[in-house]
Amino acid sequence: MTSAVRMTGIVKRFPGVVANDGVDVDIRAGEVHALLGENGAGKSTLSNILTGLYRPDEGTVEINGQAMQFSSPRDALDAGIGMVHQHFRLVSTFTVAENVVLGEPDSPFMMDQSRVAQQVEELSNRYGLAVDPSARIWQLSVGEQQRVEIIKVLYRGAKVLILDEPTAVLTPIEADALFKTLRAMVAEGRTVIFISHKLDEVMKVSDRVTVLRGGKTVGTVETANTNTRELASLMVGRSVEFNRVTRSNPADVSHTVLTLSGVSARDDRGRDALHGVSLTVGRGEIVGVAGVAGNGQRELAEAISGMRALSSGHIDVSGERVQSGRARSAIAKGVAHIPEDRLHTGLASSHSVEDNLALKNYRSSSLSKFRVLRRKAIRAQATDLVQNYDVKTPDTVTPVRLLSGGNVQKVLLAREFSSLPKVLIAASPTRGLDVGAIETVRARLVEAAERGVGILLISEDLDEIMSLADRIVVMYEGRLVDEVAAEAADRERLGLTMGGSTVSGGAR
Amino acid sequence: MRSPVRFERRLEQPKWLNWAIPVVSLIAALVLGAIVLLATGKNPLDVYSRIFERGFAGTRALSGSIKTATPLAFTGLCAAIAFRMGLINIGGEGQFYMGAVGATWAGLVFGGDLPTGAVVIVMALSGMVCGGLYAAIVGVLRAKFNTNEIITSLMMNYLAAIFLNYLIYNSTSYWRDPESRNFPAGKPIPDRADWNFYEVGGIKIPLAFLIAIIAGAAIWVLYKRTRFGFEVGVIADSPKAARYAGIRTTSTIVIVLALSGALAGLGGAADVGNFRGLLDSKGLQMSGYGYTGIVVAALARLNPISTLFVAVLIGGLTNAGFALQGPDFPSGLVGTLQGLILFTAVAGEVLVKYRIRRNRRAAAVMA
Repeated sequence: MTSAVRMTGIVKRFPGVVANDGVDVDIRAGEVHALLGENGAGKSTLSNILTGLYRPDEGTVEINGQAMQFSSPRDALDAGIGMVHQHFRLVSTFTVAENVVLGEPDSPFMMDQSRVAQQVEELSNRYGLAVDPSARIWQLSVGEQQRVEIIKVLYRGAKVLILDEPTAVLTPIEADALFKTLRAMVAEGRTVIFISHKLDEVMKVSDRVTVLRGGKTVGTVETANTNTRELASLMVGRSVEFNRVTRSNPADVSHTVLTLSGVSARDDRGRDALHGVSLTVGRGEIVGVAGVAGNGQRELAEAISGMRALSSGHIDVSGERVQSGRARSAIAKGVAHIPEDRLHTGLASSHSVEDNLALKNYRSSSLSKFRVLRRKAIRAQATDLVQNYDVKTPDTVTPVRLLSGGNVQKVLLAREFSSLPKVLIAASPTRGLDVGAIETVRARLVEAAERGVGILLISEDLDEIMSLADRIVVMYEGRLVDEVAAEAADRERLGLTMGGSTVSGGAR
Repeated sequence: MRSPVRFERRLEQPKWLNWAIPVVSLIAALVLGAIVLLATGKNPLDVYSRIFERGFAGTRALSGSIKTATPLAFTGLCAAIAFRMGLINIGGEGQFYMGAVGATWAGLVFGGDLPTGAVVIVMALSGMVCGGLYAAIVGVLRAKFNTNEIITSLMMNYLAAIFLNYLIYNSTSYWRDPESRNFPAGKPIPDRADWNFYEVGGIKIPLAFLIAIIAGAAIWVLYKRTRFGFEVGVIADSPKAARYAGIRTTSTIVIVLALSGALAGLGGAADVGNFRGLLDSKGLQMSGYGYTGIVVAALARLNPISTLFVAVLIGGLTNAGFALQGPDFPSGLVGTLQGLILFTAVAGEVLVKYRIRRNRRAAAVMA
């Protein structure tokens, strides 16, 4: 059997992170090969290497048995590798045909509209990619736009197509149509690399599956010889040691500090992202929210912290109603928030450490008087917190963006914990941190819980959730689909529900 | 397609760049200007020394420069205060006109009755309110509907110009002098509404320039020391972080644009009170203070205090330009010299944020 793509021993390091740590993939010509893994498992990095966006630090890439060194996406395209990105790269005021030829290296100055239109139609008929070549992109649905992306790649003559989370934006019917298209393409000898974290989909469309976890290849299996259960355990890993943190001061569930009642909210594009989420967090309780990113976790965190208006439902903190979409109200009621995007949401990154430490309490009487900032007090607060939280910074006026990832997170923690919150929303609080920093962050979280803070820990890292949380809920497509006590939590079951399988229907 | 050099964003912006780059830009402009002058058969040293003489040497030259600088100081502050929050208010021009309209009205109404001090205050306030409200429209559109403030503020400049023409040329409005039948002109404000000049060491300084200094200092304090300034800074840095911290972004946008417009409007009031003494539709439109103000603010790197100095610098250059102009020195050449200074200044600004790197067989990464 010939390999269309063979990647061996791929290592790619980024400052502070090893995104690919010795990945081996062997993709046969004419198959749909799924790359399965949680976010951060290294799928995107791997595909970026294959499409020439990144250069690997170590390892080799072979296309049709020939070693290749791509220095740009153009090289990869010339070798017949095309990528359909999760976020479309289309010019919305151009027509389909114009978008297809856009960026063609040898496109003529004047475009032969009818010729291109004809070719687009030919491609769309052949693969069931129904789309009108003369339509403008903004007129198309998301599903149709994706077809344009695929046609674009086919038009360039790609033999290997990489699709990054292609169904994330599709309705189930559109997804099924896409799967047919993919089958039609492999039937013609093309090769498809299908990146996903959804188990059912992978089972449905792929011939073989390579599972990545933590930047490493876990294994490659024939889809016919596996089931969602096995894939789930491969994806989340069962061998990793984890210890439940023992708490001296257990959660007091009789006092709820955070209550969500039927909370719904829309995402930035106006689509429903949360569907009637109801949830409580008790005093000193850590509730873990497990789930693959993009299933409404960000919206959940933003809704509770007042950054996102609710479309229905309400949120109470210690019995007091938080005004929908009013961050100031949430802060006043005692909601602290460690957002996922630390540098641009949690912090004003070009601002100094001291300004950032005052970002939420600069309005208090201790830091400003008659609306004039008390600079000395702000500096004193910063000096204090920098010391207490062991932030490594040359001084308090250094912009936070110059600090290392761990120290950036410490600045955030220092501010949020020092506000003496009742509720803390922590979204992926350890992502991207090194081992030492991870331990610090976790210790601080447990410490806060012991002081009585109710913590909602939103994370894709199951180990983290399982070792810290008292109770675990699983989020999938904007709904809480499962809830278990942490001691009773079963990694396999969590993996299944995270991937959208219902618990009973998991076995195939 | 591949360029031999590329721009790379600086991680840190060293402090010394803040003064080094403007200075180097100015030198570059002088060198480029010298080439142009040589090509037209002029002696650059001679021309430059004449510029310096007419613009900045001696009390008379300085008095003139400060006079010319005064409206630019206001429009410069107008641009600086908005740009600092990332709001590109191009509408200083129109807001300046509206301020002039408001102040003329106040001067005409109250100039006969109130004492001079009170008239000045009423005119100034009226100008600020008119300019501020005019800019607030842009702010509301931006805050509520996310319209592009560059476009709306620019368009509103044309509206304001048409409004001026209407008041003076196409109607018998309160602003028009009824005796000016053949040559339509504004109605002069009473003498008591005239703003004062003060002499400091032989240099005549208009009251409006003193107000500009106070305004510049006030803005500096506002942005450096107050809660409001802190909020503006956070919004400019990251709107998401501002939302996260509970900062009211929409109202801040409106307030900053209104303040920006109020400054331009104050300039318009000064134009009427301190200099022209009437609503001079044509004169205002030919001056283009609003647009020059943007350049002033950019050269001053949006620092309100530097804005005052840059305004005087540009004022001096403008005056020197007028002085140079003559049969042997076409106005186009003056414009070219001024343009070169602005061009290098803006180009230099790029170097504060980016550095130039040579491309070694670059991997042209396409995003």
